[in-house]
Amino acid sequence: MYSLPHQQLLLLLAFVFVLGFLTSSCHALYEDQVGVWDWHQQYIGRVKHAVFQTQGSGRKRVVVATEQNALASLNLRTGEIYWRHVLGESDPIDVLELASGKYVMTLSGGTNVRAWHLPDGILIWEAAIPSSKGSNPPRLVALPVDIDNDKINDLLVLSGSVLAALSGQDGTTIWKVDISGKDVDIRDVIVATEELKAYGVGFIGDSGFTIIEIDLHAGTITDRKTAMTSETLSVTELLVSKQFAVALDSKGTHLVTVSINANGLTVLETALSSLSLNAVGLPKLLPTKLDGAISLALGDLTAIVAVDPTSGELRTVETLVGAVAVSDSLSLANSKHSVAIIQLLEGGHSQNTFSLHVHGEDWTEVVQKETVKLPSHRGHVQKVFLNAYLRTDRTHGFRALVVGEDDSLLLLQQGEIVWTREDELASIVDAKSAELPLERDGVSVAEVEHDLAEWLKGHFLKLKATLFLASADEIAAVQESRLNQADKTKLTRDHNGFRKLLLVLTKSGKLLALHTGDGRIVWSLLIPGFRAPHGGPQVCPEKLLLWQVPHQHAEERPEVLVLGKSCSTSDFPAVLSWVDAYKGIELHTMKLSYPVTHALGLPLTDSSEQRLHLFVDDQAQAHLLPGSEESLDLFLKQKDNAYFYEVDRTKGIIEGYGIKGLVESSRQTSSEGYLFETEKLWSVVFPEETESIATVATRRPDEVVHTQAKVLGNREVLFKYLNKNMIFVATVTPKSVGLLGAASPEDSTVVAYLIDTVTGRILHRVTHPSMQGPVHAVLSENWVVYHYFNLRNHRYEMSVLETYDQSRVGDKGVMQLMLGRHNASAPLSSYSSSNVEVKGQSYFFTYTVKTLTVTTTARGITSKQLLLGTVTDQVLALDKRLLDPRRSATPTPSEREEGILPLTDAIPISPQGYLTNGYQVEGLRGILTIPARLESTCLVFAYGLDLFYTRTAPSRTYDSLTEDFSYALLLMTIVALLIAIAVTYVLAERKELAEKWK
Amino acid sequence: MAMANLASIVLLCMLFSFLILSICLPPVSCLQSSPPTSNNNEGYVVEGRVKMQALAGKGVSKTSNIKVVLNGGQKLSFVRSDGSFAFQGVPAGTHLLEVVALGYFFSPVRVDVSSRLQGQVRASLVETGRSLPDSLVLEPLREEYYYEKREPFSAMGLLKSPMGLMIGFMVVCVFLLPKLMDQIDPEEMKRVQEEMRNKPSPLSNLLQGRT
Repeated sequence: MYSLPHQQLLLLLAFVFVLGFLTSSCHALYEDQVGVWDWHQQYIGRVKHAVFQTQGSGRKRVVVATEQNALASLNLRTGEIYWRHVLGESDPIDVLELASGKYVMTLSGGTNVRAWHLPDGILIWEAAIPSSKGSNPPRLVALPVDIDNDKINDLLVLSGSVLAALSGQDGTTIWKVDISGKDVDIRDVIVATEELKAYGVGFIGDSGFTIIEIDLHAGTITDRKTAMTSETLSVTELLVSKQFAVALDSKGTHLVTVSINANGLTVLETALSSLSLNAVGLPKLLPTKLDGAISLALGDLTAIVAVDPTSGELRTVETLVGAVAVSDSLSLANSKHSVAIIQLLEGGHSQNTFSLHVHGEDWTEVVQKETVKLPSHRGHVQKVFLNAYLRTDRTHGFRALVVGEDDSLLLLQQGEIVWTREDELASIVDAKSAELPLERDGVSVAEVEHDLAEWLKGHFLKLKATLFLASADEIAAVQESRLNQADKTKLTRDHNGFRKLLLVLTKSGKLLALHTGDGRIVWSLLIPGFRAPHGGPQVCPEKLLLWQVPHQHAEERPEVLVLGKSCSTSDFPAVLSWVDAYKGIELHTMKLSYPVTHALGLPLTDSSEQRLHLFVDDQAQAHLLPGSEESLDLFLKQKDNAYFYEVDRTKGIIEGYGIKGLVESSRQTSSEGYLFETEKLWSVVFPEETESIATVATRRPDEVVHTQAKVLGNREVLFKYLNKNMIFVATVTPKSVGLLGAASPEDSTVVAYLIDTVTGRILHRVTHPSMQGPVHAVLSENWVVYHYFNLRNHRYEMSVLETYDQSRVGDKGVMQLMLGRHNASAPLSSYSSSNVEVKGQSYFFTYTVKTLTVTTTARGITSKQLLLGTVTDQVLALDKRLLDPRRSATPTPSEREEGILPLTDAIPISPQGYLTNGYQVEGLRGILTIPARLESTCLVFAYGLDLFYTRTAPSRTYDSLTEDFSYALLLMTIVALLIAIAVTYVLAERKELAEKWK
Repeated sequence: MAMANLASIVLLCMLFSFLILSICLPPVSCLQSSPPTSNNNEGYVVEGRVKMQALAGKGVSKTSNIKVVLNGGQKLSFVRSDGSFAFQGVPAGTHLLEVVALGYFFSPVRVDVSSRLQGQVRASLVETGRSLPDSLVLEPLREEYYYEKREPFSAMGLLKSPMGLMIGFMVVCVFLLPKLMDQIDPEEMKRVQEEMRNKPSPLSNLLQGRT
């Protein structure tokens, strides 16, 4: 009788089972999921030196050194990185040379010489030259000869006044000679290979030249020659070539040439006026190395002046106006030389067209002439490096590596751009996110999702892969379809809020929008308001502010405001630029007459959803923007509740201000903002001798807190003290401000403060003796986590402070919280007396931390993860539960139930906790967290030299099925169940009939 | 007897002195540092080696990508193909060394550079407290695998999962319990049922009490 329910029950069970199997959620990433929703991009930064390796049969490369201290070998055909090293911050690469065709030599800081293996980038040797630190740029010459007879050519290094010869084999010093003397200032060294002599060329005081002759084998000074000049010289720059040296005189009216020949030095002074240069301004010698010529900048004019090597006579061969870049001389096989000059074409401003000339031996001859059109967002060409290749007809062809105004790197050949590297992305100043436009009705989903059969086929393949039944080809197909999900890269908003625009502001004054789906550049803009007339940033970009974020009117476009400060002294101290975040067009720009020390986004928006901003100047006056009547009315209503604070790190003062009243005269000049008087309300002064401000952490202004109450295991309620105006300040002993290894544990202390910025009241203060900075801190909800160094144990430590409101301690129970009788919804005022309880705990932590932040989600329900940028350039996600002051060595059962972990002295690090998994974000500087619309998920964008983007779900994706969810298996199970039900039904009928017949 | 006593006293003394000695010796053993540089005011050379044989595992890291970081980024050194590295101009004091090699976990190393002993270097692992005996040879404490491992599909694994266990239990209920019921003597069953009927249940008692 019971056969039917029995079997149906079993079927139901099977269904539940399959469903359970399908939804098994994962914590970390599986290896085959890499690239499904994360991406990683590698950059090198703005190139300052480049050398080519195009001889021989090997792969053609260019080795570059950048201003971000990266050394990289690039594929010359594609621009891809073969290998890359990022040197320390105090290790800028001054000189880059290739030696013997397979070694890359670098000289950093005038003291460290390193030899790298060109094919794979392994360090071969490293040598330090003890130098008397000179201020002059050091020199490194790869000698074409072998001094120490080990069959490897050697090196010559000039650092300060020390000239040293290093063995190419292992970097040992062969000889070292101090070539200083009274008033002698050696600037450069040249080598005469045939005579086996090196010549140090420099100044004597400011009124003469000297040449020191050194024997290459013995390392002894064999001769000194001097020549005095009648004019006093400007000793900032000395251009030295094989046969002459050129300097300017101190008044900038004469060029002084000294010819080097067998019978001594001959000095010739040439007035600049005789060179027929029609320009005014102070002349400046450009450090470009030209053969038989020098280049000179005069106002916006660049002149190339040929030098007669025997007489030292000068002759202007080329005068160029505007944005010009001149390459170093390139010596070709038949002892000829070529120089590339790239110049913005007249009238090419709108098109950004450049002419590229390659001059031959004689300046009148132009070997190659091309016109190149660069995209307008590349700006003007800043640097050019020339390289030659042999055409089939045995003539030389030329390719040029150019650095754009936006720091990008391009290879030009035959008037075409062969490849481009977006290396401006290596120097991101600020990053923000913006929503994509809504999906229009015209675009249907079906187009993207293919047809049903294909969709099912894809899922069936996936199912086979999950059950380990698929062949290698099928697995590859699954992986392919995963990585190229068509909807990942659409330019519209998605339901889960994963697709967004990442707006990044770079040091070169460029604003770019990256798509979170695949990291491609949607648009880029070299902000016109920030550019100098002849290229190069005149304004240093500082900050990106979200000016307008439309919610109600979907058709409106979001706008961002870029704040820039003047890099050099000029007539305007700050610039604002408004940019459309969908199109990447500058809407308008404004030069401010006041410097901006602080830019605040207010929690007020006007009817067009423009956010009100306060710009505080150096007089502590506040300027309100937008300068409309409406925003003024809005702000005047809230004026009494507006407070701000200023942190002066050098003086160690934090000051709080209130807004007093509108300066009526500013109504007329409201385009620059309404001016408000402010009054100082409080100040916190740290004693200068014992404390200096190390770090200040504030809450994210857009942070959402879900609940104020925290329910404990014993059904009691703790109330979080959620003060939006609370900041965290850490001070360190001034003596130990520097990096580790300098301070002793006795006289080094870290003090942590929690300060209310409305009243200036110190809510909490805790001293950590024997601790040292640098301090990294993050403040969120009612807690702050900070990282510092413990000098006693010589380990890093992390501390957590949590604030709880004890004044609400009366209403404790959960039932009371749920059923009314509580005061949790009462607003919190900084002025009301509060009874704040602070709980704290400290733990050891393994790594040095570069940056520290916290995940954020749409509604703040999901638990939090701390994101740490470690010294290994990885992003580590730590569960906030690991840093909970209520952890104890033996938690009670009710505490266990609450999820409190037993206390450990160190924070455990699980390798699966690295969000960057198998990648490194080289030179990690910042992490941006963006809430997705899906509550469980937070988007993470880490930037440094590299960029990395991924998602994290701190409490797992509890509100959606995982990406692996196999719909095919689900469908198949349902179908199978239906069939089974039909079959069992028939069987049961039959059995029943048979029983009735009995 | 006396001899034996004496011998035992001597032995005890030796043991004691050994103990004292071992206590007095610093826990961090000394090791020969690199040759000190000529000028002391510019600091010393700290040389060491990353044990490359220990990195032969999964091969996540290439040799060219291994870095050694001094004091959280103050100085940075790259390893050569044999794993050796060197820091120039390190002042006397206590420093922290960290090794950056993707795929391996290295403990940070505390390095004491002595100013009195010509830049002699003593090193110990921060994580474990273990001192490095003879020279600054660093090896990873463990390999790190950054991904979750995909478990191969297995029937046993399925059955062991909570779902599988639940189903197993249900199967037992559905199939075995009726069998058990069948085994009970029908008369016995009847008797028990009768008893149940006669004896008022506590629940009905309660209900009656109420009313």
